[in-house]
Amino acid sequence: MNGGPTSAQPNAASIAIDVKGLTKSFGGREVVHDLSMQVKRGEIYGFLGPNGSGKTTTIRILCGLLTPDSGEGTCLGYDIRRDADKIKRKVGYMTQRFSLYQDLSVRENLEFVARLYGMPDARGAARDMIARIGLTGREEQLAGELSGGWKQRLALGACTLPNPQLLLLDEPTAGVDPKARRDFWNEIHALAAEGLTVLVSTHYMDEAERCHEIAYIAYGHLLAHGTVDEVIAKSALSTWTVTGEDFNGLMAELAGKPGVDMAAPFGTSLHVSGRDKAALESAIAPYRGNPKWHWQPSEPSLEDVFIDLMGRSKDNFQG
Amino acid sequence: MSATDTIRNGQDREPAFGFWRRSYAMLVKEFIQLRRDRVSFAMIIIIPVMQLLLFGFAINTTPRHLPTAVLLQEDTDLGRSILKAMENTSYFRFTREVHTVEQLDELLQSGKVLFGVEIPRGFERAVRRGDKPALLVAADATDPVASGTALGTLGTLVQSALAHDLHIGDPPEMPFEIRAHARYNPAAESRLNIVPGLVGTILTMTMLIFTALSVTREIERGTMESLLSMPIKPVEVMFGKIIPYVMVGFIQAGLIIGIGVLLFGVPVLGSLTLLGLLTTLFITTNLSIGYTFSTIVQNQLQAMQLSMMFFLPSILLSGFMFPFAGMPVWAQYIGEGLPLTHFIRIVRAIMLKGAAMPNLQYDTIALAALMLFAMTIAVTRFRRTLD
Repeated sequence: MNGGPTSAQPNAASIAIDVKGLTKSFGGREVVHDLSMQVKRGEIYGFLGPNGSGKTTTIRILCGLLTPDSGEGTCLGYDIRRDADKIKRKVGYMTQRFSLYQDLSVRENLEFVARLYGMPDARGAARDMIARIGLTGREEQLAGELSGGWKQRLALGACTLPNPQLLLLDEPTAGVDPKARRDFWNEIHALAAEGLTVLVSTHYMDEAERCHEIAYIAYGHLLAHGTVDEVIAKSALSTWTVTGEDFNGLMAELAGKPGVDMAAPFGTSLHVSGRDKAALESAIAPYRGNPKWHWQPSEPSLEDVFIDLMGRSKDNFQG
Repeated sequence: MSATDTIRNGQDREPAFGFWRRSYAMLVKEFIQLRRDRVSFAMIIIIPVMQLLLFGFAINTTPRHLPTAVLLQEDTDLGRSILKAMENTSYFRFTREVHTVEQLDELLQSGKVLFGVEIPRGFERAVRRGDKPALLVAADATDPVASGTALGTLGTLVQSALAHDLHIGDPPEMPFEIRAHARYNPAAESRLNIVPGLVGTILTMTMLIFTALSVTREIERGTMESLLSMPIKPVEVMFGKIIPYVMVGFIQAGLIIGIGVLLFGVPVLGSLTLLGLLTTLFITTNLSIGYTFSTIVQNQLQAMQLSMMFFLPSILLSGFMFPFAGMPVWAQYIGEGLPLTHFIRIVRAIMLKGAAMPNLQYDTIALAALMLFAMTIAVTRFRRTLD
């Protein structure tokens, strides 16, 4: 709080996650490369990136489930290498794959977690949580029999039960219907309002836009971070939106052209973007006269930026 | 692709040899998976080879060189000749010399020797006087297989001892008699021997598998990731997983012993409390070993196979099926490393011989040592991270 915006030495009280140079390899393949990041307390921090980009690995390093090959840092003020046990007491980790006991009921799962964290009234804590996540009436149902949306709520309930200070959510809304997704995000915002820090990985752009800050990670490299507006601004991308018919052919023709860094369909329109505004304009000039299409300059969306980043990182890191 | 092609071509027909193609596809997949699972692949070789070697080399149903204790009340030529003749049968091996009857009884009760020979004071004089004195050979007959053949040789022993070593002339009748005393199981009923052994064997099989699957199941179901992210220590996981099965094992043991006593008339001569305590120790030892396997293997199949690999020598080398004393020394060393060996001695001694704690110290300590050894490995092997 009193460190100021330019603080190179962050105040531990206002920073939940502060790591530098994290590197992790599996079987000779580097999954996380020299990754540094800071997450402020009380913030919802979005973690974006393609599949296999190292998001899960980074999250696992943060909660002590993996040891980094190199790099250091703190999580809630505790050293991620030495104080894994202390971190585990204060961090709730929601795994990508449902990892509670399928053959235990909702209530039994929550009571197990409460007891494991040594909560004085495990039954009471479980009962309160069941009410909070709206599973009243399903207490005795086996977790394995719940639908995807309910499972995800139960998992969130289980990892918030021991009153953690930091939530690590690994693609919590994958495979969940839009209504359940919206409810879930309302809950996350409510938790953040209570002072919880939330690090959440996702593939959904609308979810990214609900984060206070986001980071984009690809092939283990953290490529961009900041607020959504900052990330878009930093990309310096110019975008044109094309509407009309049959732009499959147009997309293929534009894709290789100098100046066009990205051409991708968005719903019923085509987004054509480039980092060099002039080069992009000369590239699309021959097509703008065609009456089949309607060209309009537009703001790049977060998705444009990410697809562009993804394309660039592929060039840089995949050889 | 081929499915859409079929539809486009308007053909609903099955592809030719569909049955064989699909079976072949499945077969190829299974072979690939089998090859990937190194441990399972190794077991395919190890289990039959191990079984063959154990049956071929280690098992001996007419055991020789059985440990025998001697109580020499007098030191005479005749006595020495008789002992020599006994050793010449190759069934007896004199491993201990004692000085009192109590010592002899204790050695038999604790199972350190299978036979005890007593040459009474004034034996030679009595023979020369023609009193036909008796020479006592006490046998631990809990395992009739182990003691039976050796006892059978005693009948002809007197003749050969006299013919070769004694200079008493050619007596018209036996100058002395050998009185064999088959202790603990005089009628040589094998069920008296098998039922106590079964307690240990059944417990080994069930306990091992319960815990061998416990950690791998958490890993395979994905619950390990959650568990590891919570503040729980390896020792706590282990105790939490072992203790419920101690109770299960206790119920099982009670069931087997109860049926043994009521249905098969097997006695429990010793203290039931002691039996219960040591059975609990044995159960915990097996659970710890199973749990250790669980921390080593990759999946549930491997866990089952490793349990199997442990169970096989347990049955063959523990003295449950075949006499322990008859095995070659190397097999006896392996046997000493198996909890079942020690428990079978304990349970037979308590149930059939009425043994008490002082007689069972060695086997109790061995069980406890094996348990602590397994637990230490399990706790150090338990992976606290997903690295």
